[in-house]
Amino acid sequence: MTYPSIRQAALSLCLLASAVTLNATAQTEPDLLKGQADAALCGACHQADGSGMNIPNADSWPRLAGMNADYMVQQLLDFKSGKRQNVSMQPFAQMLNEQQIINVSAWFASLPAPVLTANTDSFTAEQLARGKQLASTGDWNNYIVPCSTCHGPDNLGAGSVFPAIAGQHFGYIRDQLQNWQQDKRDNDPQQLMAAIAKRMTSDDIQAVAAWLSTQPGAVAPQQTP
Amino acid sequence: MKNLSPALRLRAGLMLAAGLLLAGPMSLAQAQLSEESLAVLAGMAPGAAAPADNQFVHIPPTLEDLEASNLNPELKKVILRGYDLFTNTQQVRERYSLNDMNCDSCHMGAGRLPFSSPVWPAAVILPNYRPKNDQVNNIEERIAGCFSFSMNGEPPAYGSDDMLALSAYHQWLAKGVPVYQPGGSMYGRGFGKLADSAEKPDYHRGKATYEAKCSICHGEDGSGLKARGEVVFPPLWGDYSYNWGAGITRLFTLAGFVKHNMPIGQPNTLTDQEAWDLAQYIDAQERPQDPRYTGDVRETRELYGESFHKHTLYGLEVEGRLLGDHDNVGANKDFLKPEALRSRTFN
Repeated sequence: MTYPSIRQAALSLCLLASAVTLNATAQTEPDLLKGQADAALCGACHQADGSGMNIPNADSWPRLAGMNADYMVQQLLDFKSGKRQNVSMQPFAQMLNEQQIINVSAWFASLPAPVLTANTDSFTAEQLARGKQLASTGDWNNYIVPCSTCHGPDNLGAGSVFPAIAGQHFGYIRDQLQNWQQDKRDNDPQQLMAAIAKRMTSDDIQAVAAWLSTQPGAVAPQQTP
Repeated sequence: MKNLSPALRLRAGLMLAAGLLLAGPMSLAQAQLSEESLAVLAGMAPGAAAPADNQFVHIPPTLEDLEASNLNPELKKVILRGYDLFTNTQQVRERYSLNDMNCDSCHMGAGRLPFSSPVWPAAVILPNYRPKNDQVNNIEERIAGCFSFSMNGEPPAYGSDDMLALSAYHQWLAKGVPVYQPGGSMYGRGFGKLADSAEKPDYHRGKATYEAKCSICHGEDGSGLKARGEVVFPPLWGDYSYNWGAGITRLFTLAGFVKHNMPIGQPNTLTDQEAWDLAQYIDAQERPQDPRYTGDVRETRELYGESFHKHTLYGLEVEGRLLGDHDNVGANKDFLKPEALRSRTFN
């Protein structure tokens, strides 16, 4: 009876390891069709077109359509691990494996963002003016950095860390800012969002959520003559 | 008031007087500041030291104050244009600013914040002698300096509409400050000097801190972040960043900026040591040539050593590289020194 030498064993382990790595790399490529299928799970709240929903004075589910895919992957992983707490999202995130998370995020990212999610009639002119100020020029007397400093031009997102917040639902933005303020959400890198949220008054939060919810969620497509 | 001590009476009187002034902009010695103004000041510089008794304090007016003011509507338009250029300098990219910086990349809060090199002092201490170019400068020449070094560009022409707009914006921010108010006593001027660090600033510690606390916005390679073609976070080194003649290449300037302004939204949260280490790391990276370059980096360092480069790493060897030893003038630029940087003497 012959035994493989240690050297041979080590070699096969290495081959096995690289095969696994290669396989894993191949799997992380998003599969949009599978993502679309798994997204059926999300549609009840986030809607099939990913536009989310805002019920005045009640629940609000964020729009996912057109959001950055890597940002959504990170949020789903955080819901799954409990780093981001939400009673409705946690069980759904746990039903998805890592590949499904990548697929479903890519699917929603590929959908067109809604142009408008809220009507300005729902808010006062004063609220919208204050919201616009906070979103685009900030209130430096209270060290409230303009949203666009991190969330990018027109608050349509920057990179994979700073999501689009324009064209997002009023209730969702309000709730998230409140969560950061009260340390109920802390999965932002380096507490970048928490530090600002804690300087905002309740009126500021309502105002900025109001303004952002009335803004386009995507760059307007070029008009062709 | 007859039951109050003379000192308290004076204080109450001054507070009453302060309360009668405009609610927004304030220019008073610290002893005369109302509680409200002190609160505004603390809000503008969270975690910073409060003004000392002998310091001159100025809270620059806001855009809302401008709107409410009775200035001529034409002047308001010019000041607003200045604000717009200051906060979105990228709109004149490839004309005046050849890199990815805006004025408020460094002068945060639209140039109003203490310890973020607020720009109102320039409007009241100039014209004055400046060691950097060894001559008397006015406000337009000072602004031209920013464009030539920090923006690595070509300044708007002296007397041009854009130069007028920028200088008017500076002067508006200085509203109420006495002309030639001595500079050394101004609260929050510059970026604030830190005491020497306990340990010698260290490149490798700086790199580790950079990767942990800065790279999420400015990138591991220091190139910043763009979205849809627009600059979101400025590059800290490389062809699209400030050049070797910019004030912030001085280690004490960058350390002061970092400590009092970074990470975004969290001023005064890093230790002094971290700020010094970060300055050592960031300002040891390559960037476009100093417009005053003679063709020899060691000679240029020597020539501007006393007034400037003794505080920078330019022309020194760091991590096996002689910094600034190249002819690269940066992206979008096809000249070394803008013509606006001219010398004068009154001999």
